[in-house]
Amino acid sequence: MIETGTLWTVIIVLGIGSFGLRFVFTGLVGDRAMPDWLLRHLRYTAVAILPALVAPQVVWPAATDGVFDVPRAVAAAVTMTVGLVTKNVLAAILSGAATLYGLLYLLG
Amino acid sequence: MTTSTRKTPYRQGIIDGSPFILVIIPFATLFGVLATEAGLSVIETMAFSIVVIAGAAQFTALQLMQENAPTIIVLVSALAVNLRMAMYSASLTPYIGAAPLWQRALCAYLTVDQSYVVGVSKFERAPEMSVQARVAYFLGAVTPIVPLWYIFTLVGALIGAQVPDSWALDFAIPITFLAMIAPMFRTAAHVVAALVAVCVALLAAGVPYSLGLIIAGIAGMMAGARTELWLAQREARA
Repeated sequence: MIETGTLWTVIIVLGIGSFGLRFVFTGLVGDRAMPDWLLRHLRYTAVAILPALVAPQVVWPAATDGVFDVPRAVAAAVTMTVGLVTKNVLAAILSGAATLYGLLYLLG
Repeated sequence: MTTSTRKTPYRQGIIDGSPFILVIIPFATLFGVLATEAGLSVIETMAFSIVVIAGAAQFTALQLMQENAPTIIVLVSALAVNLRMAMYSASLTPYIGAAPLWQRALCAYLTVDQSYVVGVSKFERAPEMSVQARVAYFLGAVTPIVPLWYIFTLVGALIGAQVPDSWALDFAIPITFLAMIAPMFRTAAHVVAALVAVCVALLAAGVPYSLGLIIAGIAGMMAGARTELWLAQREARA
């Protein structure tokens, strides 16, 4: 059982902290110029962080208790390939989902 | 997308954010269900989703509180999971840093993985957008996402129904993120950044508090920046 006091402390501090993390640059730097080297690194934030976020979930899915799963790995590869070739987000999502469900049905 | 230029930035943002509806509904519902199962009231559950508005950090905090971890550990772990938001903030600053403070604060509150990736990929593709158009587009992108996060947290808290495992919804997040990132690989530097980040993320998966993600992200960004410089130098010499 979670204590009410603990819970509200976590909600409030986590809320303020999360907002602080989201606001730290947009809020404090604003429209001041950032150095070239920093901008050069920031250009790669999305293509570095998001693949790093999903890679462990693709290789060791929580749903299979971390055991490598062929349908999930192939679905990820198909999604990525369709996305790269068509540049179409919906087409990539739908083909990835179709691959996942198709393989889960065939192999499951 | 030839029609996109005729739509307002706000409406275009709504359209580009809408694929994530499929992800947000099950995950918000799941949080509502798990939070009430952990003994939270409906009001506490809603406050959690509205104040913190960060799926992964909320699940982390809930899990640790159930395990009776010390409050400071709960906070440090959940904030570490959210550390990537500071990197998103830095990455958005060149695009929306000139907007009025209240708009930047609003965008900061509404910065989640989905709105960030929709926003930044559009801003990269359309450098001619004005700051106002960018803010409008960003607010459009969160319109189909954030209200549903609140509503389906409430639905989950009220109905308490479980989503069957056979739906394999755990994989909705990887698939939607991969689909969003794929069109962003415009240069060799982007590809190198992603490959390095993925390798480091897998090697650093055991690092506590999800800090492996931050290490991997920084490694990928450094690799991308290095490759960009190297390619530019090679081109200058040729």
